[in-house]
Amino acid sequence: MSESRDAAARGERRYDCIVIGAGHNGLICATYLARSGRSVLVLEAAEQVGGAAVTREFAPGFRVSACAHLLHLMPAALLQDLGLAERGRLALAASRMPTTALAPEAAPLPLDPVDAVALAAHSRSDVAALSAYRQRLGRYARALHAVLETVPPRLSVQSWPDRLALLRLAWRLRRLGRAQLRDLLHIGAMSVWDLLEDTFESELLKGALALDAVLGTNFGPRSPGTVFTLLHRMAACGSGAPALAQPIGGLGALAQALAQSAQQAGAVIRTAAEVERIVVANDRAAGVVLRSGEQIAASTVVSSADPKTTFLTLLGSEHLDTGFVRRITHLRSRGLAAKLHLALGTLPRFVGASQQALAGRLLLAPSLEYIERAFNHAKYREFSPAPILEITVPTVNDPSLAPAGKHVLSAVVQYVPYDLATAEESDRRALTDAVLGALQACAPGITASIEALELLTPRDIEREFRVRGGHWHHAELALDQFFWTRPAPGAAQYRAPVAGLYLCGAGCHPGGGVMGIAGRNAARQVTREAA
Amino acid sequence: MLTETEPAFHQPLLKTPFHDRARAASRVDSFVPWSGYTTVDVFTAVEQEYFAIRNAATLYDLTPMVKYRISGADAARYLNRLTTRNIARLSAGRVAYTVWCNDGGQLIDDGTVFRLGEAEFRLCTAERQLDWLLDAAIGFEVAVSEVTHEIAALALQGPTSCAVLRAAGVAAAERLKPFDVAAFAWPGLPRAHAEVLISRTGFTGDLGYELWMTPAAAEHVWDALMEAGRTRGIRPIGSRALNIARIEAGFLLPNIDFVNAEHTLRVGKAHTPIELGLAWLVDFEKGHFTGRRALLEQHRRGAPRQLVGLDVEGNKPAVNALIYADRAGKREVGYVTSATWAPTCKRNVAFALLDAPHFAAGGTVWADIYFNRELQWERRMARARVVERAFFNPERRRATPPRDH
Repeated sequence: MSESRDAAARGERRYDCIVIGAGHNGLICATYLARSGRSVLVLEAAEQVGGAAVTREFAPGFRVSACAHLLHLMPAALLQDLGLAERGRLALAASRMPTTALAPEAAPLPLDPVDAVALAAHSRSDVAALSAYRQRLGRYARALHAVLETVPPRLSVQSWPDRLALLRLAWRLRRLGRAQLRDLLHIGAMSVWDLLEDTFESELLKGALALDAVLGTNFGPRSPGTVFTLLHRMAACGSGAPALAQPIGGLGALAQALAQSAQQAGAVIRTAAEVERIVVANDRAAGVVLRSGEQIAASTVVSSADPKTTFLTLLGSEHLDTGFVRRITHLRSRGLAAKLHLALGTLPRFVGASQQALAGRLLLAPSLEYIERAFNHAKYREFSPAPILEITVPTVNDPSLAPAGKHVLSAVVQYVPYDLATAEESDRRALTDAVLGALQACAPGITASIEALELLTPRDIEREFRVRGGHWHHAELALDQFFWTRPAPGAAQYRAPVAGLYLCGAGCHPGGGVMGIAGRNAARQVTREAA
Repeated sequence: MLTETEPAFHQPLLKTPFHDRARAASRVDSFVPWSGYTTVDVFTAVEQEYFAIRNAATLYDLTPMVKYRISGADAARYLNRLTTRNIARLSAGRVAYTVWCNDGGQLIDDGTVFRLGEAEFRLCTAERQLDWLLDAAIGFEVAVSEVTHEIAALALQGPTSCAVLRAAGVAAAERLKPFDVAAFAWPGLPRAHAEVLISRTGFTGDLGYELWMTPAAAEHVWDALMEAGRTRGIRPIGSRALNIARIEAGFLLPNIDFVNAEHTLRVGKAHTPIELGLAWLVDFEKGHFTGRRALLEQHRRGAPRQLVGLDVEGNKPAVNALIYADRAGKREVGYVTSATWAPTCKRNVAFALLDAPHFAAGGTVWADIYFNRELQWERRMARARVVERAFFNPERRRATPPRDH
């Protein structure tokens, strides 16, 4: 190890660890690896660090978090451990941002915090039901949080650390108690549609709650396993209440802060350094070759790229077994969420929404059926004429993102298929029209104030952020692609079948969404195995 | 031919291009299905056919053997990653017997790789497995297609087989060394399908050849060989005679001696090449291939069991016998996969999968043999010695050019 440090000091291109990709997971992994005393080089293909947690200009003077636009999944303990919280490296423009459910023909319903009077107007019983529902799911989410933090134990080998990890998880679940465990087993694999229909009356409330279960996934509310995806999202927050936050300067500021942490720990970060392939010698990862032809040696290579890119493009199937390649190829990884960025001349006005609501998250998913119908189109590789939106106006909290007095709207458009059935350019126009039409219905006059517009389809996201399939989580987050099987058996412990190669991206357990746990878990695995 | 619209099970068994000749030569009308074709089990009598393999010349229709064409710039690299042997070292005009495994190093199938050109190969397998071959092609510039129906194949085996070829007008084939393959112009055939590929390969462990031709040439070649071999004792044979010869030669038969690992349901029913006594086929030095890491691990730790040859006392074939470490039958240590009375060796032989350490050569185990005497089942515990699997391995199999037997 010190040998590599010495070699690095002499200017030779050799490191203990190379981390491919300076997204949040790559940077977090690099920080922990550097803290363990290893020499670490982070290689990023783009001009700036951040990956999908990046802020960039999309129109002159207008900046936006170009992919992920909210910070809500990264555990507070992780932020603290990385030194982001206490040293003021990461300044938040807003935290505990409210969520409001929009309805084209009714008053918006504030949800976080819930407006009991407004909700009672929809359904009196839903007020009590909502608080019971949050308590119920919150309990399971907390139990699931331990699962997210754990490196999936191997089942096929006889090793005590793996057995212990398994026992610990079993104990954690058992502690829920008999009734709760039974309830969790009952709802765990069911559809969020059934759960919400069993629990609530208000269509608006059910739609808004269901949206968090399907956002970024290839599921509709009626798809089995969507209670799990909802619990997963809640678990990542560590508690039932989603604490939505917005860094000053957008998500790119988070990446900058993470990069500082990594550098402070001793990691070297190089941008505009695209890795072309991973070098294998004697069935071990031995370094990387950059697109420029430059070769850099390392005894450990950690890739934060998605599993398909890592294994099929950077490594190459010739170094892998056929069955493993088959599993990676079959990994479901087509994105279904697009991103809309609007440069607005004036502050948009959503009918009935308060200024406070505008500072948070506005959901356009007015009923379960509305979502399911939009999903129907996606099944046939079409987009819905009635799209689903998660809207933020980041300039309300952070005016620095736009010229004075002007605003930015950033929205996730759910159910835009990666592989649209028809031609692309006309689609893009039609999709844009559909989205703007839906926006105009909630915020009359908004289209008149648009100065510039950017729409990123999953294909654009694939191209810009180098994620094959353009999926937020690199690989679909679903029960069958979770924990032991994420991304595939044989790589679920962050370790690739080729010795010395590890994965640390969103395609690993516990997934993406700017969570950072994958990056930290991977670093733990590297240090544990090399120790 | 199979059509797209009709499922295969609606179709009767296919007829090979040699079917009419086989039908005419059959005396007992014993046909069996093989990979979607109807083929001959016995033409006249098993013993008569077996002794023709060892003493004269035989024709065996192996058209149903599954054949894949593998071509493209990465074809050699592809086969090297697919199979356990070093295909890069196989030169054009050569054939290699090899096996391929799943990720766990467990056998999927065995077969022969023919290198017909720098980037042109043929893979002959026991079972259809295009899905596995195509998945193995991910990341390689290679085209894989099944050509089973496009190639008629005939095995010409036995000590007089080379003489028969000479008499049939392809004397140049005598220069083929074992595992050589070359194209020959067959006399009397129109130019369009006169080219017959002849390889010095076979499943009998004897001197012999396999002939690969277009279906249009099939009957002509059959007739020419039968005519040329008339004074050399040539006769067509069925699968049952061949089965005795292959056990005698020590060759494995899929679904008898091992199961495709991708088809097994129960833990422990799949086998690695090391366990099947095929460690000599595994080249750990050539670079990565599917199953290498698992096999290397087993190579280090040692196999927990191995398929070996047994020389069994007495004359009752140890068919389906369980193997014990002791005569009392208290400690079961394995089971027989194939067994026969080997007429040429005049030995009672078997293949058995034995637990460690009982598979060590020279060891003694006991076979629990059941046999039927005029409907009454009897049982005998027979002493068996662990031996090499190739019970029959004559010098004439290797001599080039072969002597004129």
